[in-house]
Amino acid sequence: MNKEQFLQAVRRRLAGLPDKDVEGALAYYREMIEDRMEDGLSEEEAVAALGSAEDIAAQILMELPLPTLVKARSGRARTLRAWEIILLVLGFPVWGSLLLAVLSAFLAVYAAVWAVIASLFLAALSLALGLLAGGAGLVLFCVRGWALWGVLCGSAGLICGGTAILLFFAVKAAARGVAWLSRRSCRWLKTLFVRRRNAV
Amino acid sequence: MDTQLKRGLLDVCVLAAIQEEESYGYQIIKKMNPYVSISESTLYPILRRLETSGLLTVRSAEHGGRLRKYYRITPAGRQRIMDFAGDWQEILSMYRFIVEKGSSE
Repeated sequence: MNKEQFLQAVRRRLAGLPDKDVEGALAYYREMIEDRMEDGLSEEEAVAALGSAEDIAAQILMELPLPTLVKARSGRARTLRAWEIILLVLGFPVWGSLLLAVLSAFLAVYAAVWAVIASLFLAALSLALGLLAGGAGLVLFCVRGWALWGVLCGSAGLICGGTAILLFFAVKAAARGVAWLSRRSCRWLKTLFVRRRNAV
Repeated sequence: MDTQLKRGLLDVCVLAAIQEEESYGYQIIKKMNPYVSISESTLYPILRRLETSGLLTVRSAEHGGRLRKYYRITPAGRQRIMDFAGDWQEILSMYRFIVEKGSSE
């Protein structure tokens, strides 16, 4: 890469910034390259010694105050929006309904997952009620003198209770897993936006 | 190294590099290089900051058919170096305190 190519590459990445800042920075780097060449380096070597145009531009941007950066950003977005807005409006029936369909499909799957968890939790609850009913049956049958039926009832109740406990812990773990997955996807979505905003 | 601390120190280093005579960007880097390695992209914001706070002045002069910027220290810049030399005693005793406390525990 020669001097002019390098400076053009930096300039492209600074598009939208105030002229004063851009020209000042470019003059500085031009001088640096020329001084290195005077020192005996070839043009290519002098350019290579500065590092990549991306890094140089990023460093210049980092030193600018935030309002300047934001202004430069929004100024660039507005020039695009003028003709894009027409396409956006005309295309709304297509992309609007597609977006809605995709979003509701995601929402439906997500709701279904939670519904399964809720129903399993209710199943565990009813099994726990079965334990109570079994206990009550045991007492009632024994009082009436039908001990065999009482024992049968009581053991059925115990089986219900045991299953309820197992199911409860399984459902709790599953709920935790789903919640963790939701948080993960949420964070992933966020990084997508941050990366897009940081991209220069 | 702590960037905030390094930033402040580099400002004084650059002022020291132009203390004796006015100088240009590449020469400042070469002067500092045996002691502090500093890149062009690090130097640029420092020079701008020192200029806006009135610690140095800039003039463009022709050199070999092109313009080159020369940086000259101002009285305020010299004062800054003096202040730093004064502060250094305090920084040094803080350093001793940190190192001694760090090794005694």
